Amino acid sequence: MKTVASFALPSRVLHWVMAVMILAMLLIGVSMASTVGADYDRLVALHRPLGSAILVLAILRLGNRLHTPPPPLPRDLPPVMKLGAHASHVLLYALMIALPLVGWGMLSAGAYPIPLLGQSVLLPPILPHDPMLWAWLRWTHTVLAFLLFGVVLAHIAAALFHGLIRRDGVLRSMLWREKP
Amino acid sequence: MKTNAHATLASILRWLGVVALPAVLMLSFLWAGGWLTPSRLTQAAMLDALQKGGGMQSGFRRNHAKGICVTGWFDGNGNASILSTATVLQKARVPVIGRFALAGGLPYQADAPGKVRSMALRLSPSDGQEWRMGINDIPVFPVGTPQEFHDLQLAARPDPTTGKPDPARMRAFLTGHPWLQPAMVQIGQRTVSSGFGDDTYYSLDSFLLVAEGGTKTAIRWAMVPVQPAVPDGSHANDHDYLFHQIIDDIHAHPLQWRLMVTLASKDDAIDNPSKEWSQDDRQIDAGTLTLTGIESEENGACTGITFDPLVLPKGIMPSADPILPARSAVYMRSFYLRSGEHPTAPAISHEMTIPSANAKDKKS
Repeated sequence: MKTVASFALPSRVLHWVMAVMILAMLLIGVSMASTVGADYDRLVALHRPLGSAILVLAILRLGNRLHTPPPPLPRDLPPVMKLGAHASHVLLYALMIALPLVGWGMLSAGAYPIPLLGQSVLLPPILPHDPMLWAWLRWTHTVLAFLLFGVVLAHIAAALFHGLIRRDGVLRSMLWREKP
Repeated sequence: MKTNAHATLASILRWLGVVALPAVLMLSFLWAGGWLTPSRLTQAAMLDALQKGGGMQSGFRRNHAKGICVTGWFDGNGNASILSTATVLQKARVPVIGRFALAGGLPYQADAPGKVRSMALRLSPSDGQEWRMGINDIPVFPVGTPQEFHDLQLAARPDPTTGKPDPARMRAFLTGHPWLQPAMVQIGQRTVSSGFGDDTYYSLDSFLLVAEGGTKTAIRWAMVPVQPAVPDGSHANDHDYLFHQIIDDIHAHPLQWRLMVTLASKDDAIDNPSKEWSQDDRQIDAGTLTLTGIESEENGACTGITFDPLVLPKGIMPSADPILPARSAVYMRSFYLRSGEHPTAPAISHEMTIPSANAKDKKS
């Protein structure tokens, strides 16, 4: 039997909203970290509120995940794949929360003001002003972002593998509710 | 046979489906990061050009590397408050951390009259709406775009045999950029003052003041010394004469500058810092900067700060000047790199900034 129960609606909405935000965030991030073009400051100005929103949503989502456990994986899925699925999900949650925090922390340590939405709202610093710490966190932010991008690609490939090769209902469980 | 072929084809297509989306995303990521377009100017290319053109020393700023920290305050007088809601432009006093420096990436270079001097400031009002600036004692910027800046650095790079820029390479740059000729002439013919303390520093880039109702006014500004400007005269054969002088000056008495805001008129170029503005533009005296403290970069508060010109308060916005985002991006990367390195002692040491016993006697 290849029936996998679907994710609850709030879980699916959170997943797809964040999928778009995180992909956009990764592309904005890698672009602003290299460019000297006219869009640089606009990209940075977008990166900060988007990252803050991802942090808030990721915490909500972690609560939702603990409150509403996901449907179990197909029973016939090889143990190695099950392990990979669980490990990658733990990593995705950890990075969704850690990356914005590292970004916030690094700007704090670099003594940068952290404006959100125009210049009206400033985020308070969460770390003391420390240039060495800024450099270390700036480096960490890059490394974690590359790691997140890699895990996201693996996640997408795995989802498509479930949907197109195994056709075991795992991809569908995040798309729509199975008609009973 | 036929059904077998069909099954194989379908399987291949399905596997392509699995790979296609990650591959497209990977390509988008590489494109966004500039890896697929080697001709596109990147932060790394800009730092490389700065290093070739002006030198580089690990642990120091990638440009304006030789400097000294100063402290003081800024008294806004409210004259510009009708044009901008920025708290720094209201009638109030805000603390200032600043830095004087020489252009170029070499922190141990000798002072010389012709070298470009800069003033960098961080104005920190209590509401957190900081205003940072890095301003220079040249009347206009030598170039109008990041690409031109990059190319000028490479053209001006010292010839390894002579240690001086290759005149032929500079000529080639100027011939290729005839529109920069007026800026080069204005910079070359500027009046050079005796030191940091009697120098005028210009924003070069244009910004927008934003008023209460949202009206935007394009501006440039300058810090104009209150103390009289003395023309560059004879000075002892002193490797650090500019820095010795500013140390003595500030220990002797506070130094002051007026923040003169110039409002753009119709024909002024807002998006090109190499273009001079009209001499008839309206100016507003927006406040007074007072500097009272001076410290070596060894222990000074300016060392851990990057004077990113796009750290702006609410009420001041960047213009479309393309040099501004490039500066912001390159300052960030310079700050990132140098903060992770271990600097050697700066040329202007802590001992040099302590008031000498001699100077104390003179004051009392």
